Amino acid sequence: MSDALIRLKDVNVTRAGQSVLENIQLNVTSGEIVTLIGPNGAGKTTLVRAVLGLLRPDSGDVWRKPKLRVGYMPQKLQVDPTLPLSVLRFLRLVPGVNRNTALAALGEVGAGKVIDSPLQGISGGEMQRVLLARALLRKPELLVLDEPVQGVDVAGQAELYALITQLRNRYQCGVLMVSHDLHLVMSTTDQVVCLNRHVCCSGHPEQVGNDPAFVELFGRNAPSLAIYHHHHDHAHDLHGAVCQPAAPAHDQPHTHNHDHGDSCKHG
Amino acid sequence: MADFLLYALLAGLALAVVAGPLGSFVVWRRMAYFGDTLSHAALLGVALGFLLDISPAIAVTVGCLLLAILLVTLQQRQPLASDTLLGILAPSTLSLGLVVLSFMREVRIDLMGYLFGDLLAISPTDLAWILGGSAGVLVFICALWRPLLAITVHEELATVEGLPVATLRMTLMLLIAVVIAVAMKIVGVLLITSLLIIPAAAAQRHARSPEQMAFGASVIGILAVCGGLALSWYKDTPAGPSIVVCAAGLFLLSFLLPKR
Repeated sequence: MSDALIRLKDVNVTRAGQSVLENIQLNVTSGEIVTLIGPNGAGKTTLVRAVLGLLRPDSGDVWRKPKLRVGYMPQKLQVDPTLPLSVLRFLRLVPGVNRNTALAALGEVGAGKVIDSPLQGISGGEMQRVLLARALLRKPELLVLDEPVQGVDVAGQAELYALITQLRNRYQCGVLMVSHDLHLVMSTTDQVVCLNRHVCCSGHPEQVGNDPAFVELFGRNAPSLAIYHHHHDHAHDLHGAVCQPAAPAHDQPHTHNHDHGDSCKHG
Repeated sequence: MADFLLYALLAGLALAVVAGPLGSFVVWRRMAYFGDTLSHAALLGVALGFLLDISPAIAVTVGCLLLAILLVTLQQRQPLASDTLLGILAPSTLSLGLVVLSFMREVRIDLMGYLFGDLLAISPTDLAWILGGSAGVLVFICALWRPLLAITVHEELATVEGLPVATLRMTLMLLIAVVIAVAMKIVGVLLITSLLIIPAAAAQRHARSPEQMAFGASVIGILAVCGGLALSWYKDTPAGPSIVVCAAGLFLLSFLLPKR
């Protein structure tokens, strides 16, 4: 694929003798939104760190498009309270940024009014937007967002996801994000990757997203219920290990209730 | 003005200027203990300088640089927490320095001078060393200001944005090592970190940008040096501790001014 941004092949990561990621395959192309979901400890953040080059996998290939410009939004940013830093000054840590470009980026994420506030004094939702603005200032080809809606109320979450889609449409950048709540991202994402140390399943969220009322109804009221279609090529035993490899992939998209427990049981 | 007083003033001012921005980083990155360890090890550098018959200034500078590198390496290679590691190294190197010195009976040194500084006894050579060292560090700090600030805010973000984080971190530590080596003659190994931290902490409450804090810390440091030397001149108090007392006084004073 010519417009591939990153390609991960058979990536394995081990920490303290424990396998954290096993045989991960992952592609992100430009203009595509890929969402990583999975339970706590599934290795979502580890995978993101491998994509970013912050950690070296024990085996496997991480290919990045040469000179790929990445805009990264970390899970959280805690600045020492003794460091007097305004939002503007924070954004100006990116080379070549002046007040006007910073204001433009903040305006784009709807946070123009905090430009002169101290970084430690803004709310969680504002902070997420400021981080997104900083990622945008790098004119990214790939946006990597680690739980972009963390600490944001539900209405704000939907808004943020809509914003991310908007930004993708405008800049045609690839987006790789980590999320807990599929119900909110399903209408905005192109590919969902369900992770539980290995890639359990991946695929397009079903086009029920065409009907916003559906998202409204199911999304808001049933956080653990998510409906999308994807291909299963294996099943899991109680411990989440693959016990039935290479069953034929379903040809027909199917709807199913997806309830992730600690050990990712489904089938 | 007496020559020795002029030398003392120039040396103190040079140190105060460079300690402002560097001390701000020490405060932001919570490296106070790191500075303490390096300064305690400076005495070991002095002892080794006598043992190998090289100039103490060079011995201390090289010693501090080597220890900084050792610390960074150890922090990455073993599981002990940084403060535990520093808590082992600080007293060990200080004690080792004292023990080594005690073996060299032919060498008679003024231990108090090394521990608490001997500002009024600096020679033109010392002064040249101090001015040169401070100027060099200041140039580096100014040139690397934005990348250093970026890694202080968020190291991973800085890595993703393409900054050489490990190199920058090491550079900052080496700069601190040089300043400590330079400052030893002025305030002594036991008081060096105070000169880095107190002015920065005093400036922090009233600063609205990193640059303001760094600049304010330099100004407060300059005031402390002038005040300390005046106290020492008129009341015959030890110069190094007088400077630190003045800095501490200014820090307390910073609480009285209304916060902006």
